[in-house]
Amino acid sequence: MGAGPLFVTAVSAAGFVLPAARRGDFWGATFEKFGVLIIGLAAFAAVIGVVLFFADRTPKKMRDVVQLTAFVAPALFLLLVGLVYPALQTIYLAFTDRRGEWIGLQNFVWMFTQDEILQVLLNTIIWVLLVPTLSTTIGLAYAVFIDKSAGEKVLKSLVFLPMAISFVGAGIIWRFIYEYRAEGYEQIGLLNQIIVWFGGEPRQFLIESPWNTFFLIIVMIWIQTGFAMVLLSAAIKAVPTEIIEASRLDGANAWQQFWNVTVPGIRSTLVVVVTTITIATLKVFDIVRTMTGGNYGTSVVANEMYTQAFNRAEWGQGAALAVVLFIMVLPIIMYNVRVMRKQREIR
Amino acid sequence: MSTTDIAEAALDSPLNSTKVRRQRPDGKADRAKKALTSKWATAGAIIIAVIWTIPTAGLFITSFRPEGEIKGSGWWTIFQNWGFTFDNYAEVLTTQGASSANLGSYFINSIVVAVPATIFPLVLASLAAYAFAWIKFRFSAAIFIAVFALQIVPLQMALIPLLQIFSGVLGISGSFPAVWIAHTIFGLPLAIFLLHNFISEIPGDIIEAARVDGANHFQTFFRIVLPLAMPALASFAIFQFLWVWNDLLVALVFSGGGVDVAPLTQRLAELSGNYGRNLHRLPAAAFISIIVPLIVFFGLQRYFVRGLMAGSTKG
Repeated sequence: MGAGPLFVTAVSAAGFVLPAARRGDFWGATFEKFGVLIIGLAAFAAVIGVVLFFADRTPKKMRDVVQLTAFVAPALFLLLVGLVYPALQTIYLAFTDRRGEWIGLQNFVWMFTQDEILQVLLNTIIWVLLVPTLSTTIGLAYAVFIDKSAGEKVLKSLVFLPMAISFVGAGIIWRFIYEYRAEGYEQIGLLNQIIVWFGGEPRQFLIESPWNTFFLIIVMIWIQTGFAMVLLSAAIKAVPTEIIEASRLDGANAWQQFWNVTVPGIRSTLVVVVTTITIATLKVFDIVRTMTGGNYGTSVVANEMYTQAFNRAEWGQGAALAVVLFIMVLPIIMYNVRVMRKQREIR
Repeated sequence: MSTTDIAEAALDSPLNSTKVRRQRPDGKADRAKKALTSKWATAGAIIIAVIWTIPTAGLFITSFRPEGEIKGSGWWTIFQNWGFTFDNYAEVLTTQGASSANLGSYFINSIVVAVPATIFPLVLASLAAYAFAWIKFRFSAAIFIAVFALQIVPLQMALIPLLQIFSGVLGISGSFPAVWIAHTIFGLPLAIFLLHNFISEIPGDIIEAARVDGANHFQTFFRIVLPLAMPALASFAIFQFLWVWNDLLVALVFSGGGVDVAPLTQRLAELSGNYGRNLHRLPAAAFISIIVPLIVFFGLQRYFVRGLMAGSTKG
């Protein structure tokens, strides 16, 4: 199925330079960009339309096969070319140097012998230990606190809101919270102002290693807590009332009830939440990029991968870091596939 | 319980608990328990809510303060150091030139990037999801599980070779189609998985009846499956739109980084790179980038939450 390349050719053929944008003519450029948008959508519709039309008009004998191909082939083609092949290629690249020559395990040796990169690996581990546990714990506590309270909907929105904000936006929001002014000057960062109010000395939160990593982690927790909260809240509401009633009749107090009834009842949701946040955390990139640029010992694997490959053109080293990232995510994939298999068997 | 079960359980009570409350009238014991624990619970909830809201609220207030005030005093002193202006917004949006923020242009780029990058995976994935759910073919289950597993392959694994394909083979790197295709590819595994969950739940009788009446797969898909799957399509569309709009990594790698193609997030990250110099511009700039997701978020919150429930993993 050639839907992908066909589509690309169609769009490229439509003429793809944007001279107006370079002249700085805002309205002209905007006009051109929306032109590109419309051509792109039309080209896509045309390609899909043509594929479906011909699949529908094929002789009856092969129609089933052709129709099936028309349904799955475009997606599978894109995944093979855009995800599977690149992933394999990245694994190969991890064993080459910047000129593409085979150097065996040298990139991995480099990774585990450079203090800088060891720091990056350590940071990633700290992120992955702290973010899922803390955001799940806080999200769960909040979900329990506001369960059945007045204004639950509004209270949920407040904590869920950061989910809609980009990591870049969140990074900027928190840079202002951490803003530092030397002692004696008026503070414009809230956190330092609070410290000063309590008679402390203002600190450079984003520069002082190793604590700066923790201040970045707080931002990720701030974003992910809402996600955990919404899912867990839904799960808590799904725990059968009879079980809760029964435990209460047995004389369980609120804490015992939570620990012995609610938590087991939402266990599978807890697993999903922790898994999802763990994967998101492993790949965290934007927060570090926006807040410290990976400086002052705050870099993580995903950010370092970008720096090595795209800023320093050390493709091999970047690829090696991507492979390490993949290996870190691998157990989670395998776990998910197992769950998935079971689910399919039940059906 | 699996992801899908959670999704189903959650669907009954997404963000309002009224339905749940009606089903479970609070008993006497419940009320007694509430009286005992609610004081601490309420206090805890309020503390968390305040901590979670202050950062955004603070930056929002800051964005309307004059440059001198932003640099000289904290936003919480707004009443002692009064000042209110739209200048920051006007400056970052409309001022043109090499050194200015140019956010207007990047805003347009974000729209031009996000709309096709939402529609393309939606169309391709719904076709594939239908095939996996309702067309019997060999290795269907194995291929579907493989697609599911791809969902969790880090983007980072694909970036370098994909960029090589775009620049070397296709010659489209740094253009809108490059970003569209990249987002389409990265969005597909989740989309297929999510839509498959909904489409496979459609009662088999309906599909069978259509088949018996002589409908082929296309007719079944367009006349029956698509209309029934509308809620799922909407939830994925919102999810993918927010994801694309908020993305930085894909944009950085595939857009070429200029005012021609790069989206808001990228320009925002650049401005943030010169933090000190842009101190007074950043709050307004951040809010311009946040405004569209917030509108989508508040307008379509119910669907968005559904999307989260059913998908709950994203590459």
